[in-house]
Amino acid sequence: MTANLTLGPILFHWDADKKRDFYARVADEAPVEVIYLGEVICSKRSPFFERHYPEVIERLERGGKRVVLSTLSEVVLPRERRVTTDLCGQTDYPVEINNAAGLSEVDGHPHYVGPMMNVYNERTLAHHACHGAVHFTLPVELPRVAAKALARFAVDLGVTVEVQVFGRASLALSARCYHARAHRRTKDECQFVCKEDPDGMTLRTLGGDNMLAINGIQTLSYSYVNLIAEIDDMRTLGISHYRLMPHSTDIVAVATIFKDRIAGHTDAAEAAALLSVKHIGAPFSNGFWHGIAGHRYLSTSGFA
Amino acid sequence: MLLALNTFPPAGQFDLWKQAADIGAALGIDAFIVADIGLAAYMADHHPDRRLHLSVQAAASTPEAIRYYCEQFGIRRVVLPRILTVHEIRQLKSEIPCEIETFIFGNHGLMVEGRCSLTNYAVGRSTNMDGACSPASEVHFERDGSGSVTARLGCHVIDRFAPNEQAGYPTICKGRYCASARPDPYYAFEEPISLNLMDMLPDLIGAGVDAFKIEGRQRSRAYVGAVVSAFRAAISASLAGKTMPSVPDLISLTEGQKQTQGAFATKKWR
Repeated sequence: MTANLTLGPILFHWDADKKRDFYARVADEAPVEVIYLGEVICSKRSPFFERHYPEVIERLERGGKRVVLSTLSEVVLPRERRVTTDLCGQTDYPVEINNAAGLSEVDGHPHYVGPMMNVYNERTLAHHACHGAVHFTLPVELPRVAAKALARFAVDLGVTVEVQVFGRASLALSARCYHARAHRRTKDECQFVCKEDPDGMTLRTLGGDNMLAINGIQTLSYSYVNLIAEIDDMRTLGISHYRLMPHSTDIVAVATIFKDRIAGHTDAAEAAALLSVKHIGAPFSNGFWHGIAGHRYLSTSGFA
Repeated sequence: MLLALNTFPPAGQFDLWKQAADIGAALGIDAFIVADIGLAAYMADHHPDRRLHLSVQAAASTPEAIRYYCEQFGIRRVVLPRILTVHEIRQLKSEIPCEIETFIFGNHGLMVEGRCSLTNYAVGRSTNMDGACSPASEVHFERDGSGSVTARLGCHVIDRFAPNEQAGYPTICKGRYCASARPDPYYAFEEPISLNLMDMLPDLIGAGVDAFKIEGRQRSRAYVGAVVSAFRAAISASLAGKTMPSVPDLISLTEGQKQTQGAFATKKWR
């Protein structure tokens, strides 16, 4: 089974220069095959980066990367509906659907199904595949036992499957902006305060534990999903794509560690040790994959 | 009689949901409430004569999404997420080919339903796959020497209550936390407060809402009896064009003894 590294969409509100620099470096140095581009969290942020897409896409393609455009994961307002329909209707680049609002538009055309689309089982996957879906990123909470059954089914159907292996897990979406709320504002008068937290705003429990991270309307895990020790197993299951999520940590270094693991240049223990010395500033987790509480980290081969 | 089959069957276990659907059909269930596309497809293929309702867990909040489900699976009614104003509901009604059901009383949360893995992250039981949201088996209350009560979900402290404060059930999105911008504990997501649309019933009926939903999950018989009776009387009066009867005060039954019209009146809560 081939193994491709992908880079998911930037979930956070980084300023345009930071995003351009990030993608320039990714284009030149990151050993990833596929890049998902687009604002998937908050439509208010979109205008800040829209005009840079042509240049960023050109740069990434020059670097040999394949570009996929990701849609908003929450679509309510007329403006968000229009943007979603337009993005799903264009045929220059493949689209990753993150909200059912785009399904009619892509019906019958090749498209990707994103992790927010709740593909939990074979029949749901088959429905989308019959309507043109060629690639599926599984929900972050799907345990191994279900991913195994889905991946086997997908291979038989001739479609490909992707799993997030690095970065904070998306745990919830809301109609309300919790960044604005924390600053005693509303979404309409937020003044883009989410920009202050490049990896999300930490929520600490009254027991003193860091538990969650707020990113506008999105709630993420405080811990970073890390499935580098599980990659060998995932490959035997038929999972062909491994998603890294952009964070302010050095993503080129992270991607290189994953690439070396996939290529067999490091063993699982070495790779895990390399990744753990990176300064993530938060614990790792792999509980969802192992079917236990998502925040937990299960040491699978005697190392943590 | 409606059957809620609105969790998402994980791969390898679909037969369990299929059996529930088949048993429901054999028993003459009037309508099935589904969220999963695979299950909707199964119902449309194998029980095409049964009414299908689209659960709020499907998170279909636009005409485009709702129409897709109607066209693909013959959905007859959509249960709307609690994020639309009455004005938006009226507009939506003209753009979709199915009935509308809205919540009128109970939990007021703004998380997108069917997209929440908070409980699974905290304790390893999935809202989407297991139907569990803050399951009671994981809830612990502890009183310390001062009389303060700590409420935990699994190992996570979700809230802490002063000796004279009424302790609430520890739901992650109703808990108190601290953040860099908020050094003192605050309700990061939502205060414990209940949705109560009693006064908006005539507006909702006028907007084209076909059915009203009252949350009964994890509620007592006394609660359900009192709430349903009050709303039934108010809806009947409204439909008959009479003035609304004076209804018993439901506030003592509400979460945190506070109530709101939530998103249905304005967008200021965003």
